[in-house]
Amino acid sequence: MSSPAPSEAETGEVLLEARRLKRILPALVPVTLVEDVSFRIGRAEFVAITGPSGSGKSSLLYLLGLLDRATSGEVLIEGRPAEALSSSEMARIRLEKIGFVFQFHFLLPEFTALENVMIPMQKLGKLPHAAQAERAGELLSQLGLADFLHRRPEQLSGGQRQRVAVARALANAPDLILADEPTGSLDSASTEQVFESLASIVKTRRTTVVAVTHDLDLAARMERRIHLVDGRIDYDRHK
Amino acid sequence: MILLLRIAATHVRGRMRQTVVSTLGVALGVGFSVAMASLMDGSQRDFMATLIDAIPHVEIKDEQRNPTEQPATRHYDAVAFLGLRPLEDLRGIRNPTEALAALRDWVDGDLAQRLGGQAVLRYSGQDIGLTLMGVVPTRELVVSTIRNDMREGSFEALDTTANGLVLGDSAARRLGADPGDTVTLTSANGVAKRFKIVGLFHTGMTASDEGLAYAPLKAVQILLEKPDIVNSIAIRLATISDAKDVAARAERQLGYKAVSWEEANEGLMEAFFVRNVIMYTVVGAILLVAGFGIFNIVSTIVHEKAKDIAILKSLGFRESDIQQIFVLEGLVIGILGAIAGSALGFALSSYMATIRFELTQDMEITHLPIHFSVLHYAIACLLALFSSAVAGFIPARKAARLNPVDIIRGAT
Repeated sequence: MSSPAPSEAETGEVLLEARRLKRILPALVPVTLVEDVSFRIGRAEFVAITGPSGSGKSSLLYLLGLLDRATSGEVLIEGRPAEALSSSEMARIRLEKIGFVFQFHFLLPEFTALENVMIPMQKLGKLPHAAQAERAGELLSQLGLADFLHRRPEQLSGGQRQRVAVARALANAPDLILADEPTGSLDSASTEQVFESLASIVKTRRTTVVAVTHDLDLAARMERRIHLVDGRIDYDRHK
Repeated sequence: MILLLRIAATHVRGRMRQTVVSTLGVALGVGFSVAMASLMDGSQRDFMATLIDAIPHVEIKDEQRNPTEQPATRHYDAVAFLGLRPLEDLRGIRNPTEALAALRDWVDGDLAQRLGGQAVLRYSGQDIGLTLMGVVPTRELVVSTIRNDMREGSFEALDTTANGLVLGDSAARRLGADPGDTVTLTSANGVAKRFKIVGLFHTGMTASDEGLAYAPLKAVQILLEKPDIVNSIAIRLATISDAKDVAARAERQLGYKAVSWEEANEGLMEAFFVRNVIMYTVVGAILLVAGFGIFNIVSTIVHEKAKDIAILKSLGFRESDIQQIFVLEGLVIGILGAIAGSALGFALSSYMATIRFELTQDMEITHLPIHFSVLHYAIACLLALFSSAVAGFIPARKAARLNPVDIIRGAT
């Protein structure tokens, strides 16, 4: 059932809100990916989205991250409905307010770790080049990659690449990190490192992290868990 | 933009072999376009220079373009004359001294009066028909380049020899006459007069070299029985491009037909225009073909870099940013090709300029006429860049429209 649980968001400032979200994939036989999903997420929440394969977790994440448009319903970021925005305005929100981490690192292979982290900052253009490099270096150091700044993705391990992706997601100090199976392709040691990185982001930076995961142990360590079945919220509960 | 350019450059570097091939395609297109344009323009300029040197920039003739306006039509609107024709009786330009003085007041150039007519030249039992041009030698020397064409003797000798004659070298050869020989000229009216050959010229134009002769104006006026008459005024302008305006004003002022060199060679100018259109169409086609190479490589990169496109979009890059990246890729190849092509074009043109040969029909050319102009490079490079931008734009638009979610789903 899609019943929003009482949360920190309801007493504090709401960062992200989904209102009766529905996403149908147009096809010969249309496929419903997400249906009637509503919830609110506040600042500095660490939320897991769980569910079996095909339950619509990633689709929901793409809708929340403004990478995809809902068939009906709406996503509100800081109370501002996103559905009416143009694709350029959505891109601007992604650049300034949202950071993505995917199952596969998706780093640009021709750029070093430092350069990959600098790309969002260069695109935003608020900091001078030297300050961008300094901030990128700091972020990577905080994630334990101080010695790997100038390595290309192919010269890094899976866990290191994923931590570079986390650093890149943090580059423009977003309010929201959306992670799609961030540990899905990692071994247990790397999984732990990446999870700790995300957890510390929530604590130290008061950034909201919403992570899709299959790993129920990890989900259990997060503050809140939204469980989907067949595109609908099965339950939404706090730890 | 720097970031987009950097990303574009990394993509292009990643497909080095294809990039080199595409760049070579553009370079060859630009290089051959430049060389071809240099040759075509050079030959046109060479031909025009020879032509313009050989003829007056403006020639006022003792003809009228339109029938003389009748006094009745000036006074009565209802009056009209049908079937009027310009006066055909050629009586020469009246009051040539007055006409020349009037023109000198405003024409920025040199003027020379001439009396031309047909005559038969006889020497050692042989006759040839030719055009005899009566000139004031000092004036003729400033309105024409005949001095440069003199092979034997001198044109100035006409000034000191009352019955002097300067003849085309081909005509002299046909007759077996040399400078110093005396020949007989007979007019259409049967008047005969003896002239002494004081010089031979060679213009490179067969019609002139075989059928033209110069003599002092007074002597020709006597031979043709046209005392104190000229039938043309030749004008050599300081600025050739003023010819049309000068001709129009002179015609209005004197009432005689004034023909600019452009009007005199209208058919030729049209032929050159058509030739240039054909040349740039071929150039465009060459660069269009080069554009296909760019289209191919950018399309390949778009296909290969779909994941990067998705991640850049998730990072906040707009569709227009993605489009710019791939258009820039096309342009990077286009710019590299244009630079290399310009160098190739210059090398080809320089080499062609060293090739020498001879033609001895209507015109004589001793080398391939090459004209070096920044315009040729600019046109070829701009066409190359336009072709590159279009070739990059088509796959770039496709890249910009890719749905990142579809790509991410496909990758995961």
